[in-house]
Amino acid sequence: MNILVCIKQVPDTTEIKINPVTNTLMREGVASIVNPFDSYALELAVRLKEKQGGKVTVISMGPPQAKVALKECLSVGAEEAYLLSDRAFGGSDTLATSYILSSFIKHLEKENGKFDLVMCGKQAIDGDTGQVGPEIAEHLGLAQVTYATDIKVEDDKTLIKRENDQGYDWIQVLTPAVITVTKSVFEPRYATLKSKIAANKAEIEVLNTESIDIDLEKCGLKGSATKVMKSYTPIKDNNGIVIKEETASASVKSLMNLLVDNKVI
Amino acid sequence: MKITAEMKDLRDLVESYLKNEVDPVVGTYDANGEFPEKIYNDLLEMGVHLLAVPTEYDGLMIDHKTEMYIAETIGRHDCGIGSAIGASNSSCTTMELFGTDEQKKEFFGILTSGKLASFCLTEPNAGSDSASVKTQAKLDGDEYVLNGTKCFITNGGIAGVYIVIASTDLSKGTKGLSAFYVERDREGVSVGKHEDKMGIRLSNTTEVIFEDCRIPKNHLIGEEGKGFLYAMKTLGTSRNYVGAMAVGLAQRAIDEAIEYAKGRVQFGKPISKKQGIQFMLADMQTQTEAARQLAYYAAELMDSNEDYEAYSSMSKLMGSDVAMKVTTDAVQIFGGYGYMKEYPMEKMMRDAKILQIYEGTNQIQRVIISGKMLSK
Amino acid sequence: MSANLEHKNVWVFIETEYGKEKKVGFELLTPGRKIADTLNQELVAVMFGKDIKNIAKEAISYGADKVILVEDPIFERYSTDAVTNTFMNLVDKYKPNTIFIGATINGRDFGPRVACRLGTGLTADCTEISYDSETNNVKWTRPAFGGNLMADIECPNIRPQMGTVRPGVYKKPLKQENNKGEIIEEKFDIPEDAIRTKIVETIKEISEDINLEEAEIIVSGGRGLGKAENFSYIRDLASALGGAVGSSRAAVDSGWIPHAHQVGQTGKTVAPKIYIACGISGAIQHLAGMSGSDVIIAINKDKDAPIFEVAHYGIVGDLFEVIPVFIKEIEKYKNS
Repeated sequence: MNILVCIKQVPDTTEIKINPVTNTLMREGVASIVNPFDSYALELAVRLKEKQGGKVTVISMGPPQAKVALKECLSVGAEEAYLLSDRAFGGSDTLATSYILSSFIKHLEKENGKFDLVMCGKQAIDGDTGQVGPEIAEHLGLAQVTYATDIKVEDDKTLIKRENDQGYDWIQVLTPAVITVTKSVFEPRYATLKSKIAANKAEIEVLNTESIDIDLEKCGLKGSATKVMKSYTPIKDNNGIVIKEETASASVKSLMNLLVDNKVI
Repeated sequence: MKITAEMKDLRDLVESYLKNEVDPVVGTYDANGEFPEKIYNDLLEMGVHLLAVPTEYDGLMIDHKTEMYIAETIGRHDCGIGSAIGASNSSCTTMELFGTDEQKKEFFGILTSGKLASFCLTEPNAGSDSASVKTQAKLDGDEYVLNGTKCFITNGGIAGVYIVIASTDLSKGTKGLSAFYVERDREGVSVGKHEDKMGIRLSNTTEVIFEDCRIPKNHLIGEEGKGFLYAMKTLGTSRNYVGAMAVGLAQRAIDEAIEYAKGRVQFGKPISKKQGIQFMLADMQTQTEAARQLAYYAAELMDSNEDYEAYSSMSKLMGSDVAMKVTTDAVQIFGGYGYMKEYPMEKMMRDAKILQIYEGTNQIQRVIISGKMLSK
Repeated sequence: MSANLEHKNVWVFIETEYGKEKKVGFELLTPGRKIADTLNQELVAVMFGKDIKNIAKEAISYGADKVILVEDPIFERYSTDAVTNTFMNLVDKYKPNTIFIGATINGRDFGPRVACRLGTGLTADCTEISYDSETNNVKWTRPAFGGNLMADIECPNIRPQMGTVRPGVYKKPLKQENNKGEIIEEKFDIPEDAIRTKIVETIKEISEDINLEEAEIIVSGGRGLGKAENFSYIRDLASALGGAVGSSRAAVDSGWIPHAHQVGQTGKTVAPKIYIACGISGAIQHLAGMSGSDVIIAINKDKDAPIFEVAHYGIVGDLFEVIPVFIKEIEKYKNS
């Protein structure tokens, strides 16, 4: 199977804090990681490759430092990695981003052969939109299954386990298809020291607008349909009431009184 | 010490595993004495034990500095696992220094297949006194026949291959000792008593028994009668590993003590504001830093092929003594909570003690160091 | 402005499954009404499903001026291609100005495809919707960076402008039984070979009938419970309140409860009337999943647990003591 995984390097949002004085995001010193959902996607891709044979390629649209994220992917089972980096890509919203990624995917298919599956995480933990995956599917004219937690291939049928509110479905999808992956029981594996050493030595090919035919009008701010008018940190009001009486009974009684008085119950 | 980006990357990988997968369960395994099979499997899969295997034999050997850096990292999380890797590394050193190409292919092949090695020297009557080793290796045609019991062997029950120091001539004491390598699945090899230890309980420590165990003649490493020399040379480098690991343990104890002291409020303020505690912490860190520098210096000497043996012994001596003192002081800072099994500190103190005993007792280290000094 | 000229009316997509509507659909009639009124245009509910004429009537009573109804057995359950293609057919025919879609698993599946096919902007998971009269665009406000940052977004040049909104962010409008409205029935030919996915097996994991994302009251348990069996405390409290059972990631990772119950960044996002967090420390990834709740109550024995920073009410105490007493007090209150 020829599998492509799209990954994004993101700040570790669990570590991001808000500067209480300036009320802005403090990003310095926050580690950059592979978007966790993309790691789950890559793990599923590598497992599938180990079962079915084939190759896993990873690509990322990002600044030069995203090479580190791509190398991490190489150390956990991806065979090839490409960085799509160009100033023209800056400021892209999800429409432009998915256009750029799809254009390069089509380019890679000319050299690599068609991908059976294009996979990515369900959303990036910085943007949180979850739109790029389905939009790539649309640009490429492919079927899609989102919220995948497992994939299997049985008798030439590709089956995706899709999570929903009540549990899950097994969905048969016609390939090639785009699959977006959510947290699954298959925790991303640790690299081995050997693969880490090899990945660190690997050269990541960088592709840009000169590498392929791409409509610059559809990239960056120009190619974005949405525009960010303003961004700001949310105001948190810490006016909670904390009860700590001598006994559990007393605490609960106080709480009940408050809840009834304030018409919560 | 200069850390390269590559060293840091490898260390970070090992550290992330230890932090996420080992830290949460270390207390449980220490308490119930069960062998943490999954952790060992994962670390073998990761190839941590291959840092002592030369690259010509599919290993990941980089340099001693990196090895110490990783030893310190493992020491921060669990010295049992650290001892397991250390014992395996020791055995690899013996083979690396004194084995033939053919022997290395066979021996290291077992390591790269995902198994640990183990070093069998100690016997019930032969601790510091290696001359009293009674395990015999008798030449019989094309084979040696091994008979004897080794005790307190790290990885005894889980290793894929052993380096065995046995006597080929009981009349000659240490000059009658020879070094062999023996595969676990040879007939006549069995694992005896599993020890219930004070500390490093995540390591597997057992008797290894040889009963008419036949091995091919070419499993003799080097020459007959040179076994003691090979063992001493081996321990000469592996003691530094203990020193580095001890530094990791000490540093972890300090870090935990600092966090505790900042949060523990007595007499209206955190105890970290009290000079008594502050002075203790300063002494703990100074000693640990000195031990660290000694360990890395010894490693640098090893890497540049200079005379390192005295420094290696000093590093083991100082590192282990510092770890013992620092963990004891850390328990003291934790006060009553330091004594309770619910908190991680008492385990660290129990783990520290062995560092002063194995790989050559600290008394033997002093013999070695003064011997070097006075022979000049 | 030119983009607005051709496109008219505000659409709200009412998602249905097994002939029943998803709660979020009617909720979105509230912001839909606001924008429709500002534009002085119509609010149109769009729904696909099997045997859902009753839902169309309800949409009218919740304030929709019109309903576009597509009934077909294929819509009994979700299918990316069936919904996307049908929705596109309608958009091409009717040219709406603004489209609201509930940010459910399926809404987030087809919304982006439609937006991409239209080459338009979609703003996901909006927490607030307003109208920017300076630019004549809808202003979509949404969180990013796991909730640490808010952004105001507009789609200046293209119509329709689209947004998805999570369940629970808005309350549905008041029902007016004697509302009048037109129900337009549309039918499209859905060729089999255009449908590229097929559900082959369906497994239910949540034993309760209450959908976590639609629950009004949720009681969640976390690491403080100590073991799987102790979720009985959570279930008992949820039962006493008529609520659903949720969980933190720690409890799911420890295998105490299925992932379907997990609330948080890698689980479900909920915004119930009351969210009670028991033995949950309040890591930011958990907060990202429940901070939209109307009232947050926390029970934790650690007074420094971050959950108390977002809780409206909190008890510092042992949940094993507090919960049984809480249940007793609730029963007492119910009987009084």
